[in-house]
Formats: sequence, C-alpha cells, structure tokens
Amino acid sequence: MAEEKNILSVVDLHTSFTTDKGEVQAVNGVSFDLEAGKILGIVGESGSGKSVSAYSVMQILEKNGSIKSGQILYKGEDITKWPEKRMRDFRGKCCSIIFQDPMTSLNPVFTIGYQLKEAIKLHTNRKGKEAEERAVEMLELVGVNEPRKRIHQYPFEFSGGMRQRVMIAMALACEPDILIADEPTTALDVTIQAQILELMQDLQKKLGMAIIMVTHDLGVIAQMADEIIVMYGGRVCERGSAEDIFYRPCHEYTKGLLRSIPNVDSMGKRLQPISGTPINLLNMPKGCAFCPRCDEAMKICLEKQPPETRTPDGHFASCWKMIQAEIESGMIRPEDASGSGT
Amino acid sequence: MDMNYKPDQENLVEVNNLKMYFSVKTGWLSTTPLKAVDGVSFAIRPGETLGLVGESGCGKTTVGRALIRLYTPTDGDVFFDGKRVDAKSIGSLRKDMQMVFQDPYSSLNPRMTVEDIIGEPLDVHKMYTSKADRREQILYLMELVGLNAEHATRYAHEFSGGQRQRIGIARALATKPRFIVCDEAVSALDVSIQAQVINMFEDLQQKLGVAYLFIAHDLLVVHHISKRIAVMYLGKMVEMADADELNENPMHPYTVSLLSAVPYPDPKIAKSSKRIILKGDVPSPLHMPSGCPFRTRCQYATEQCAQEMPKLTDRGNGHMVACWNK
Repeated sequence: MAEEKNILSVVDLHTSFTTDKGEVQAVNGVSFDLEAGKILGIVGESGSGKSVSAYSVMQILEKNGSIKSGQILYKGEDITKWPEKRMRDFRGKCCSIIFQDPMTSLNPVFTIGYQLKEAIKLHTNRKGKEAEERAVEMLELVGVNEPRKRIHQYPFEFSGGMRQRVMIAMALACEPDILIADEPTTALDVTIQAQILELMQDLQKKLGMAIIMVTHDLGVIAQMADEIIVMYGGRVCERGSAEDIFYRPCHEYTKGLLRSIPNVDSMGKRLQPISGTPINLLNMPKGCAFCPRCDEAMKICLEKQPPETRTPDGHFASCWKMIQAEIESGMIRPEDASGSGT
Repeated sequence: MDMNYKPDQENLVEVNNLKMYFSVKTGWLSTTPLKAVDGVSFAIRPGETLGLVGESGCGKTTVGRALIRLYTPTDGDVFFDGKRVDAKSIGSLRKDMQMVFQDPYSSLNPRMTVEDIIGEPLDVHKMYTSKADRREQILYLMELVGLNAEHATRYAHEFSGGQRQRIGIARALATKPRFIVCDEAVSALDVSIQAQVINMFEDLQQKLGVAYLFIAHDLLVVHHISKRIAVMYLGKMVEMADADELNENPMHPYTVSLLSAVPYPDPKIAKSSKRIILKGDVPSPLHMPSGCPFRTRCQYATEQCAQEMPKLTDRGNGHMVACWNK
C-alpha cells in the first residue's frame, strides 16, 4: 500500500484568512505526499501559499486563519480532527518546525540551555540533569563547539548560523518523524548557508526523519530535495522528482521560473523574466492562477482551473497547455481532462 | 588622503585606499574603531558594471555609501571623472552619482505620490524650466522604467515590490547620472520579478551609458550583470577579476569557497559538486585578526598570513588577488 510509505499526506487542503478586505484563500486545494525519510521541497514566490501550507500541517496559523477543508493524514490519521491537546503532542514529538529568522525565534532573556531544556521537558519524561545531558548532546550533534559552556549563554552571544543550529537542535530534541524547515537559510550568508544545509543533510541521514523544505531559492531546492512541489497563487502547479521539475518542466510557470534565474547558459545573454506582477490573493482569477502572466494562455485558461494531470514522463502538472498537447498527441482522451480533479 | 594621487583620466570612478572607520562604544568612556572598510581601491570605466560581493558585514554597503559620500570617509581618495570627491565638490557631483537602495518598502516616502518621489531630485537640482517640463521629464522617466503614466498620482504603498523598485530606479535616473550605486537593488524581489529588474538595469545601461557599482550577495546575479567582480572580506578586497575569469578560475581561498557554497539551480550539479565548507563564522570586525583577516578560516594559512596583510597584486590580465599562498 502506498499509504504505508507516506508518513504524511495532505489531501485537497484549503486554508484561508479573514482580513478587513475580505477572505484571503492562501492555500487553495493543495495535495501532496511525504515519504518517510525523504526531503520534499516546496518552492514558490512570496504569497504562493508555501509557508501557509506548512503551518497548516502544524496547525500554527495566525488567529484569523483556519483550515476550511481537506485532510492532513499523519500515519493514516486525519490530524485536522484532533483536539488541541493532542496537537500539542504532535508538535515537537511527531513534527517540528524551524523558522527563517533565527534572530527572532529564540527568546533573548533566557539562556540557550533553558530554552532547549524547556522543549525536552515538555515532550519527554526527562527531567533535571537528564534533560541537561540531552541538551548538551543535541548541541554537540548540530556542531556547536563547547556545548557545556554554551548552554549557559544567551542568544545574543551566538552568531546567526549558530542560532540556526540551536533551532535545529531544539526541533530535533524529541526525535520527530517530520521536520518542517521554513526558509531555514534565507537570512544567512552563502558560506553559512552551505554549513546549515550540509548539517541538515547529515542529520537527515543519521536520524532518518522526513524534511519539508519550504523555500523560494531554486538552488537550495536543487541541492536538497528528492521531491518538489511548485506552488503559485495557493495552488500546486507541478509536482514530481527534482529531476522532473528541473529537466522536464511541464507547467508554464515552472518553465518561466527556471528561465528567469541566471545560470551558466544565460551569462552574457538576457534573462527571460515572467512578465506581469505577482498575484493578488484577494482577487483571484476564475481559471488558472498563473493565466494573467502566462505567454501561452488560451481561452480555457481564463475560464476553468486546469485539473492535475499526469505528464508524459509520469509526474504531475496542472496546465491546460500541456493537457492540450497531450490530447493532440493522443496520450490522453479529452474526457479524461475535462474533470476538475485528478 | 594623498593629495598627489593622480587619477586615470579614462576611469569614471576611481577609489584609492578608501577607509571608513566607525567608532563603537565598547565600555565606559572607551571606544574601539570598527574598520568597516580598510584600504579598498578600484576603478570603474564609463558604462561599465563592477559587481561587489561578500558576506554580511564585509563592508560592501559601506564602500557604496562612502563612495557617494553618504558617509564621510575616514581616509582615502575618491575621484569622479577626474575630479576629487570631497565635502566641497559633492554638492555639484551628486547629480552624476546616484543610488538605488535595497528595500523598496522603506526607501520611498509613503506620504509622497510617485510623481513627487521621482520629481524630488529634479526640484533639488532645479532641472526643469516649467511645471510642464517637470511633468514631461517625470513621465519620460516612468516610461523608461516601465511604469504607466496613470501611476503618477498614486502612492508607493499601492505598488508591488518590483514596481516600487522601478520607482526607486526612476528617481535615481532623474538627474541623468553617469554612475549609480545599486546596493542590493534586486535582493528583496521574487525571482521572476528580479529577472525583470535585472534586464531593465541592462537596458538602461545600453540606452543611457550609465556605469553601475552593483553590490549584492547573490553571486549568480552578480556574475550575470557584471563585467568585473570584486570580492570583499572583512573590510578588505581579496580578489578582483573579469566576471567569467573569476568564476572559472578563482584564486583566493575565500573566493573559491564562496563560489563553491552557491547552491546551483540544477539538481545534478548541486548534488554532486564538492563544496568547500568553511569552518566557523566571520570574526567580529571589532577584534580583527592580525595580518590577513581570512586566515582564521583558511586551510592554507601560514605564519606569514598572521604577520602581514598581503597586497592585491596582478596575476595576469587584471586578475588581482591578495593572498600569500595562491
């Protein structure tokens, strides 16, 4: 069964926020599977709903946000139905998160050791000396030198890279099955970023947890991810293996995104940006979210959301252009593509 | 300052031994100089782009700001078009030297309309003959950066990040400068928008012949836009070369590790490439190591590195490196 392989399955997730200007549908029918021990990359631009998808899994949305519909299956159980008390256990023990900014996610008035022990005491039955030992062990694991001395220090005495290491130590202290990393290296310099990414890969191999890596950086995704989902306007445009997405993109947005980053081939030439401006979530188009910026847009793109369809090489994309090409080449029958689901 | 220093007439901008120290309070009554920029020299030709890269705290932004005298440099000479840039001359030179800032959200006054933002430099330098002329110039600038004329009466908050950056660029272009310092001008933008703005910078350069000092931390972007690239580490310049040369044949150990640390947007290359991961963090600029500032993280460091800072020397074809061992 496929379900045994997948530690987390998100099915048709809808998350929205109520604001003064109306309801913002940040996540609009997102589905993905996370295999145990694999790294899933979620890539997209600001406002694409990538972070909100991750926060929905943890159920740590802002007060004005809520999951409207859909299922989040953790080991086959729908956690959206769990009471808050059970979710508290889920966070930390089953699934942890590290955030973008290591400067603001640590409390400045408590020592590193106190904050680490807090997480350990809350989720395990280790106390006192035992908890401290675990804290030291965790700091050692993430490569903080002299952990015994450093647990008595405050966050301001740590550099950005070191703070992110502490955050990782904290997240992994209770050995979760899933680690969500929300732009974990965006605030760091490239050489420090390389250190942290290497650390995450090492720990993943050592501890065997699955990682959901949320980022806008295609370079980071290329290095880290086994599977990738590309999001735009709260929807999944395309999902597949890293090779599928980078070498055989099928959705016009993915293609545009890959064309707009400078690489060896583009040196000395003009970049080919995606035209237009980012989507306004308050004013979503009726059809494909990317349609207003798409050079290949057709009439149907304006009117109807494209269903998720299997691409010729077996990954998934939601694009009318691709569906049309497949119908023309006889790969799928038109009636298969007329539905709204997969 | 070296009053006898003679700039090369072919250079639009020439910087010689620029130093910028800030005094930082380190205790009751005691201050320590923070050497943000410590003896940096370079030159930019008319219509050329020089990329300036380095990690946070290496002094790249300070170079840009000291260059157009938003800071008063502690020491060193800056020349623009053969003229010395100092407190006296900057008033008349600032028309020719402009700046685009990183954050398109905080660098535009929220109480001013787009027309007023772009028109302000024109007002300051009295660059129009009549109200109609002012308006015409503003509309021309807006067209140049790809904004519609009907945007003129709107406020900055009504625009997206990419469009705001265009407003900032139009403002910088208003005085018809020959040189623009772009301080992380595309860093805050999304990938697809970033490409639009990069193309615009290139188009404007071709059309108007402006030279850029392009300060950024994204090496792929800098490589794309720059003709030459300079690499800084802790206030010192460690390497400078043609963009392609630097990428293919980096010499300074810091440049080598910096380039290898860039995650390349291609899974096969990114997963297979050998990274040279630097140990540890950048030392605090308040407690600078003696000699070469990079020696604490450098695998080739020797006794000599601790003694003396190596000079930037030409290793052929203008490839300048400051390292004892390479």
